[in-house]
Amino acid sequence: MKSAVIVFPGSNCDRDLAVAIEEVTGRAPTMLWHRETELPEGTDLIAVPGGFSYGDYLRSGAMAARSPVMQAVAKAAECGVPVLGVCNGFQVLTEAGLLPGALMRNAGLNFVCRPVALTVENSQSIFTSRYDAGELITIPVAHHDGNYTADADTLDRIEGEGRVAFRYAEAVNGSARNIAGIVNQAGNVLGMMPHPERMIGPEHGGADGRRLFEGLLEAVA
Amino acid sequence: MKTRIYVTLKNGVLDPQGKAIHHALEGLGFSGVEDVRQGKYIEIEHADGVTDADLDAMCRKLLANTVIENYRIERG
Repeated sequence: MKSAVIVFPGSNCDRDLAVAIEEVTGRAPTMLWHRETELPEGTDLIAVPGGFSYGDYLRSGAMAARSPVMQAVAKAAECGVPVLGVCNGFQVLTEAGLLPGALMRNAGLNFVCRPVALTVENSQSIFTSRYDAGELITIPVAHHDGNYTADADTLDRIEGEGRVAFRYAEAVNGSARNIAGIVNQAGNVLGMMPHPERMIGPEHGGADGRRLFEGLLEAVA
Repeated sequence: MKTRIYVTLKNGVLDPQGKAIHHALEGLGFSGVEDVRQGKYIEIEHADGVTDADLDAMCRKLLANTVIENYRIERG
C-alpha cells in the first residue's frame, strides 16, 4: 500500500501515524509537507495527522485546510482515494469542506486526554470493516476542540445515511449525539477525534486501533 | 483603508467559552448579566480597490466558518 502522511507546521502525530501505517502495511508512508501541490503517483491512502497545525490560529484546522497540499487531497478524495483524518486531521477535513459540520471547544472547556470507550456504529465502511457493528472499543483521545457540531438537518442526514462511524460510549466533550467519527457521503473520507494510531499493540495498552489500518490495507489491496 | 470584521457564533450554537465568561463575571459580583457570547474581531488594512465582494469572499473562504459563525463587515 502506497500511503502519504500530510505534515503541517505544528502537526505532532504525523510520526505516530507513520509508525502505525508502516507496522500494519509493511511500507513506510511518504511524509508530505503542506506546501506540496501534488501527491506521489499512485497514492492509495492519505492520512491527515493530529497536532496543532498553525498553532490553531483563527480556528483549529482553518489555516491548514487552505494550504496548497489540501487541494491535491481534495482532488484525490473526489477520485475515491481513502483519506483518514485524526484529531486535528478531522478538524482540517471539516474546515476544508470534505466532511460536514465543525469541531468546537469541548463543552467542559478542558483539554481531554485519556482512553475512551467508543461504539462502532457502522462496520460497512472501508475504515471499519474489521470491527463488528455495535462493538465497544477503547481508543485514546487528546483534544481541546472535539465538540462536534452540525445543524439538526445535517445530523439527521448523516445518521440516516449510516455515516456515523464511531460514537462515544461515555460523555467526553459535548459532541452532538456523541459523534466521535464520521465518513463522507462516498464513504472514502473518515474524520475521527480519537487516535487509532495510539492503540495498535500491547505496548500501547491495547490494539483496538490496529484493525482500522488492517481494514484499510485489505480494502486497498 | 481599514475594514473591521466581526465574527460571531450563530444563534443556537452553544458557546461554552461565553458561558464560562458569564460565570466568571457573576463570580466577580457583576449582577444582571443575562448572556455572554464570545466572538472575534479582525481588522484588515487594504487598498481602496478592494471591493465589498472581495471582503465578503475573504469572510466566507477563511475568516468565518459559516457552519457555525456569522460575520459582519464594517467597511472603513
